[in-house]
Amino acid sequence: MKNNDIIASTGRSSTALRSKMPFRKTWRLHLLLLPAVLIALVFKYAPMPGIIMAFQDFKPWLGIGGSPWIGWDNFELMFTLNGTVQVIWNTLIISVLKIIFGLAVPVLFALLLNEVRNMGLKRSIQTMVYLPHFMSWVILGGILLDLLSLDGIVNRLLTTLNIKPVMFLGDGDWFRVTVIVSDLWKEFGFSAIVFLAALSGINPDLYEAAEIDGAGRLQQTINITLPSLLPIMVVVFTLSLGSMLSANFDQIYNLINPLVLGKGDIIDTFVFRSFQDGQYSLATTVGLFKSLVGFILISGGYYVAYKWANYRIF
Amino acid sequence: MYYKDPSYRVFYYINLALLIGISILCILPMIHIFAVSLSGKSAAEANLVTFFPIDFNFESYTKTFENDNFGNAIITSIWRAITGTTLGMIVTIMAAFSLSRSSAEFRVRALYVWFFLFIMIFDAGLVPNYLLVQKVGLVNSFWVLILPGLVNVWNMILMMNFFRALPKELDEAAIVDGATSFRILFSVYLPISLPAIATISLFTMVGHWNSWFDGMLYMRSQEQWPLATLLQTIVVVQDFSKTGITPEDLEMMSNRSVKAAQIFIAMLPILAVYPLLQRFFVKGIVLGAVKE
Repeated sequence: MKNNDIIASTGRSSTALRSKMPFRKTWRLHLLLLPAVLIALVFKYAPMPGIIMAFQDFKPWLGIGGSPWIGWDNFELMFTLNGTVQVIWNTLIISVLKIIFGLAVPVLFALLLNEVRNMGLKRSIQTMVYLPHFMSWVILGGILLDLLSLDGIVNRLLTTLNIKPVMFLGDGDWFRVTVIVSDLWKEFGFSAIVFLAALSGINPDLYEAAEIDGAGRLQQTINITLPSLLPIMVVVFTLSLGSMLSANFDQIYNLINPLVLGKGDIIDTFVFRSFQDGQYSLATTVGLFKSLVGFILISGGYYVAYKWANYRIF
Repeated sequence: MYYKDPSYRVFYYINLALLIGISILCILPMIHIFAVSLSGKSAAEANLVTFFPIDFNFESYTKTFENDNFGNAIITSIWRAITGTTLGMIVTIMAAFSLSRSSAEFRVRALYVWFFLFIMIFDAGLVPNYLLVQKVGLVNSFWVLILPGLVNVWNMILMMNFFRALPKELDEAAIVDGATSFRILFSVYLPISLPAIATISLFTMVGHWNSWFDGMLYMRSQEQWPLATLLQTIVVVQDFSKTGITPEDLEMMSNRSVKAAQIFIAMLPILAVYPLLQRFFVKGIVLGAVKE
């Protein structure tokens, strides 16, 4: 409280101070931004004109200047081709389930972990559950391929329990389950950090008051804890909508195999395969569709997060 | 108090058991891989190993390091992580400092903010990006792993928010003393921002160590690949046609315990910096959270 007052008061005097100082030469600030601006211009903005390939029948040897224009044909192709429509569906199904579980499980985990009062134990649990987040999907893909193969450790466990072995990565539906569960396994701990931070920020007086009124822990959780978490949950949820058409390329690409292309292929893996096959225009079109939808969802998400929870990133 | 309630106590211990179970589940796969990597070939092939090595030996590790490709890839990855992190932090800190100024002081700040915000929410896509890198002449160059990733807007925001949270009095004092922006950044801000810089550096380093797709996309010759890319083709794709290896190598690559050793070696640097990471990251994440 006190600190805020001090900062606020000096803040006021600083503007007065500054207008008198010859500090308006801001060229140094521009200079400090220059490297970042140049890199962004070259590697992020310069590729954008390449988007017009989506409206061309692009041939690498003709270049963007020389390739014939075909208007919206690529987009028509995208929405009529069986493969692409299926791919968009796969992406939606996988990512929507990931978003839902990716919000619910970390919140639940944070609530349960918040009950642990032994600090040493709490910290050890955190150390273990955050670890998979830092491993790449190449490493985890390698591990999962080993664990989930037909003679892998998981299937051996199932056999001893008299359950028939499961083709986790060889059957379309099981593939989706595996992808969603393994993503959850990797990220739930790390995603819970924001909620744990929010939980530690709740005013303890509220719980004391509830205690005096005779509320049990469950009632306290429902009436105090959950409402306090709601703003941050809204922020996390709306911002995660931006990944609706992503579904995590790194993960899927490292786990997918020809057996499950039908139900496991997502937009990004499809784009990459089309690119490898030399279908530049189709790859660009599908990629552009994804980028545009992502753009709308992310901007919308930020707007909602800003309105609802006063969340600002810059 | 609620925790004296008998039914709550029952819940408490069930909850504790559940949480401990879950956290063990998070590290068991890594322990399994480690055990397989230290096991003898026949036990690993027959998949008898669970969490303890059988026929304990280091053969798979010595075999891995005898392979030249693997050594090259590790060197590339280390070099990449060091260069990428150093240059990335320099670019990020400089830009974040300017963006952390108030709009009163730096009037075009909003323009820059939108410039960077836009690339965060819109991406040209795989093919345009590839064609650009090709045009710039970076295909098959080491720098393709470094340059496109130098501007990480998210890190810039974290750094900027950290700068903004520093007490304004520091600025005031420096300005009164006649310090320029450069001076304020290097002599005032940098020394007190070391924890934040360390955090973001570690995250960047882990990101570089783990990234594999750019190597696969932009580099044709396998000798140039970073470790993650090499590992991807060996362990995940199991495609040996590209890698140009001899039949003896092939036998080695299809060896389960050798593969496990390679996976574990790729995990090792992350495990090494993990304790450091953990000390810092809670702070770093909260920076981007809801502001009152």
